[in-house]
Amino acid sequence: MSEILRVENLRKSYDGFLAVNGVSFAVAKGELKALIGPNGAGKSTCFNMLMGQLKPSAGEVYLDGQRITGKRPREIWRRGVGRTFQITGTYQSMSVIENVQMALMSHHKRIFSIAPRAWKLYRDEAFEFLDTVSMADQADRPCSVLAYGDLKRLELAIALCHRPRLLLMDEPTAGMAPSARIELMQLVADIVRDQGVSVLFTEHDMDVVFAHAHHIMVLNRGELIADGSATEVRNNPQVQEVYLGGGTLFKEDANA
Amino acid sequence: MAFFFAQFLTGLANAAALFLVASGLSLIFGVTRIVNFAHGSFYMLGAFIGIVLMDLLPGHVDFWGAILLTGLAVGLIGAVVEMVVLRPIYRAPELFQLVATFGVILVIQDLALMIWGAEDRLGPRAPGLRGVWRIFGEPVPKYDIVLIAITPFILFALWYLIARTRLGVLVRAATQDREMVGALGVNQAWLFTGVFALGSALAGLGGALQLPKGGADLLMDFNIIGAVFVVVVIGGMGSLPGAFIASVLISVLNVFGVTYLPQSTLVLMYVVMAVVLIVRPYGLLGREEVAGEHGQVGAPETPIRPYGPKGMALVAALLTLLALLPAFAEPFVLTLVVDMVVFALFAASLHFILGSGGLVSFGHAAFFGGGAYAAALLVYHTGTPMELAFLFAPLAAGLLALGIGWFCIRLTGVYFAMLTLAFSQLVWSLAFQWRSVTRGDDGLVNIWPADWLNGSVPYYYFALAFGVGGILFLRHVIHAPFGYALRAGRDSPRQAEATGIDVKRVQFVAFALAGAMAGLAGGIFVFSKGSVFPTELEIAKSFDALIVVFLGGVKTLAGGVVGASFMTVVEDWLVRLEYWRLLLGLVIIAVVIVMPEGIVGTLRTLWRRIRHSDEEAV
Repeated sequence: MSEILRVENLRKSYDGFLAVNGVSFAVAKGELKALIGPNGAGKSTCFNMLMGQLKPSAGEVYLDGQRITGKRPREIWRRGVGRTFQITGTYQSMSVIENVQMALMSHHKRIFSIAPRAWKLYRDEAFEFLDTVSMADQADRPCSVLAYGDLKRLELAIALCHRPRLLLMDEPTAGMAPSARIELMQLVADIVRDQGVSVLFTEHDMDVVFAHAHHIMVLNRGELIADGSATEVRNNPQVQEVYLGGGTLFKEDANA
Repeated sequence: MAFFFAQFLTGLANAAALFLVASGLSLIFGVTRIVNFAHGSFYMLGAFIGIVLMDLLPGHVDFWGAILLTGLAVGLIGAVVEMVVLRPIYRAPELFQLVATFGVILVIQDLALMIWGAEDRLGPRAPGLRGVWRIFGEPVPKYDIVLIAITPFILFALWYLIARTRLGVLVRAATQDREMVGALGVNQAWLFTGVFALGSALAGLGGALQLPKGGADLLMDFNIIGAVFVVVVIGGMGSLPGAFIASVLISVLNVFGVTYLPQSTLVLMYVVMAVVLIVRPYGLLGREEVAGEHGQVGAPETPIRPYGPKGMALVAALLTLLALLPAFAEPFVLTLVVDMVVFALFAASLHFILGSGGLVSFGHAAFFGGGAYAAALLVYHTGTPMELAFLFAPLAAGLLALGIGWFCIRLTGVYFAMLTLAFSQLVWSLAFQWRSVTRGDDGLVNIWPADWLNGSVPYYYFALAFGVGGILFLRHVIHAPFGYALRAGRDSPRQAEATGIDVKRVQFVAFALAGAMAGLAGGIFVFSKGSVFPTELEIAKSFDALIVVFLGGVKTLAGGVVGASFMTVVEDWLVRLEYWRLLLGLVIIAVVIVMPEGIVGTLRTLWRRIRHSDEEAV
C-alpha cells in the first residue's frame, strides 16, 4: 500500500514550549485515519502545520512523495489537499450554494474574472456537491442562518470542490447531535470508498473513531504514543493510562 | 550642543500633553473599539474650560486646582456624550461609531464658537513658574522643566491604574474579550461609560496642562487629532509605554524639524509612522490584533443579488429623470447634480473596498485628489488636450493606488487605516509644498474642458455618463467572481486561503481598482470646477467619503451612492446658515442613532417588516 502523506519528525515550539515534539507517521492511499488525544495534546497544531497555517519548527511533510513543508495553504490546496476547520470557516454574507460556487470558481481559476455574474456560474455543479452532503434542499438559504451541524457539512462540500486526494478534517463532528455525527462520518466513509480520497481526522468522540477509522493514532503531550488498528490501540497500556476517564469503553470493547 | 539640548527639553515638555491625550484615546479604543475622532475636541474643551476655571478660582489653588477640575469637567462631558450618542449604537457594524464621533466634533466646534468666540486665547502662566532657567547657558522655560518632571509620574499613575487596580483588571479584560467580561457579570455599559469618561478626562487634562505654552483656539481639535492617532499607532494600540515613547519621539522630532527642516513639519510624523508600520506592522510595543472572525456585531449581511425588474425600473426611471433634467432645471441645479455624481462615484469607490473587502481606508482622498491633480498638471504644464488629460486621471490614480497598496495591504484593521492615512498625507504635503510644480495652496486654475464640452449642459451629460458609468461598473464587478472573491477574503480569510484564493492579491487589485475609480471622480471634478487645490487631498476629504459610506450603509450595495447624494443635498441646504456645523453634526448624530444600519440598510429592514416577507419563517 503506497502512502499519500508522510510526516517525519514534525516539531513545533512556542517560546520553548514543545506543542508537537517529533511526530512521525504516514497515511496510506484510500485510508480513513484518526488522530486522537486529550485536549492540548497537539492535534490542531499538527493539522495547522500539515495545511500550512503554521510553519513547523522542524521536520518534514511529504504529499505523495513531494515535499510540502512550510508551503502556504493555497499552494497545498493546489496540490490536492482539502481541509475543514475545528471552528467552521464559511462565507457568512453568501448563500449556501454561493459558498460552494465560490470554491468552484477558485477550482476553475476564475477568481479574477470581472465579466460574468458569479451567482450564475457553476450552479449545477455546486448542486451536485451539496447533494453529496445532503444539503441541496438548503441551497438558497443565507449561510448565516444555518445550524452548526449544517455548516460542518457545507464546509465538507467546499473542501471537496477541488477534488482533493487528501482531506484533513479537524473535529468534523464537534458540536453535532449523536445521530448527526454517525450520519456525517458514514458520509465521509462513503467518500473515501467511492472516490478514493484519503482522510485524516481528529475527533473526541470515541464511538465515531472506533466505528469508522481504519487506523488510529494517539497523541499525548506532543508525542505519538500509539499508531495502529483499533484493537492494538485499545490494548495499548499507555493509551489506557492517558484515557483513564474513558477506561470502561476500552475494557468492555477489548474482548469484542 | 547647549542649544541642541535645550531643543530636546522643549520636545520632552511638549510630549506631556500629547501623551495624556494619546493615552486617553488608546484606552477608549482598547476597551470600546471606538475610533474616537472627537478626542481632539475634548482636548480643546479642556483648554477653554481650563481658562475659565483659572479665572474663577481664587488664591493660589487657582492654577493647579483648575487643571484638575478641568479634567473632572471634561470627563463628565465625555460621560454624557457616551451615554447619549454612543450607547445606542454599540450594536451597529464595526467602526460605525466613528461617524457619530465625527458629528460630535462638528457640534462641539460650533458650541465652542458660540460660547468663547472666534478669538484665540492666551493661556495664564503658572504661578511661580513664569521665567526661565538657564541650562548650559540656554534659556528653558521653568514650566517646561516642571512638565518634564511630572510626565513620568503621570505615566506611572496610569500604569498603576491599569496594572494594579480592579478597574485596571476590568479594562484589560475587556480589551481582550468584551463578551466574556459581560458574561462574568460586569456591567458593560457602565464600564464603557467609565472608560470613555476617563479617556476624555485625560484629553481635558492635556488641554489644560498645555495652556501656558499654547493657549486655546478653535483649531486645536483638528491640529492635535492627527498627531494623537499617529502616537497611538506608532506606540501600538493599547500600549501605555508605547504611547509614551511615541509621544516623546514625535514631539522631539517636531521641535528639531521646525528648526532644521521647516518644510518637513507638515508631514514628518506621518513619514515616521509609515516607516514604523512598514517595519513593525503593529507599532513599537503593540501586539497583533486577533482577527475576530466570529466577533461580528449586528445583523449578518444578507446575500447580494442584482436588482430585479422593480429595482431596475426604479434605477431606469431615476436615470431618465437625470437625463431629462437640463430641459427644465436651472443651471445651479445641474451643478449640484454634477457635484452629487462626483461625490457618489468617490464614495462608491471607497465603499467597494470597505464594504466588499473590509478594508477601511482613511486616506482615500489621495486617489480622488491624485486623479484631479494628474489631469490638471498635464493641462497646466503641457497643454495636453482635455480628453487625453481626463483619461489620465483614473490611470494615474490607479498607479498611485498600486504603489500605496503594495505597502498597506499587508496590514489589517486600524493599522491598515492609519498607513493609508499616512500615505495620503504624504501626497497632500507634496501638493502643498512642491510649489514649483503644483503652485502649493494657490492651486492649479484654468483647467477647463474642451470646447465641445464647455457649458453647463454638455458637461452635465459628460459627468453623468462617466460618473454613473463608473458606479455601474463597480456594481457589476461586485456581482462578478472577483467581487465574490473579495467578499470571501473578508468573511473568512482562513477558508479563502485554504481553497486557493490569494486573499492579499485580490485585495491589492481591488485597492488599485478603487483608486482608479476615485481618480475618475477626481477627473470629472477638476474639469467641472476648472481648478484644484490641496484641500481635495486633505484628511477631511477622506473622512467625508468614509462618513457618507457609513451613513448610507456599509452592508448595502447602494450605501455609498445614497449616502453621498443625501450629504450633498443636506450640506447644500445647511451651509447657508450661520451655525451650520452644529446642525450638520446634529443631523449626522440623529441619522446614526435612528438608522444604525445606515440609511439604505434601515429602510430595507423596515420595508421587509412591512411586507412580512421574512424568508426564514418559511
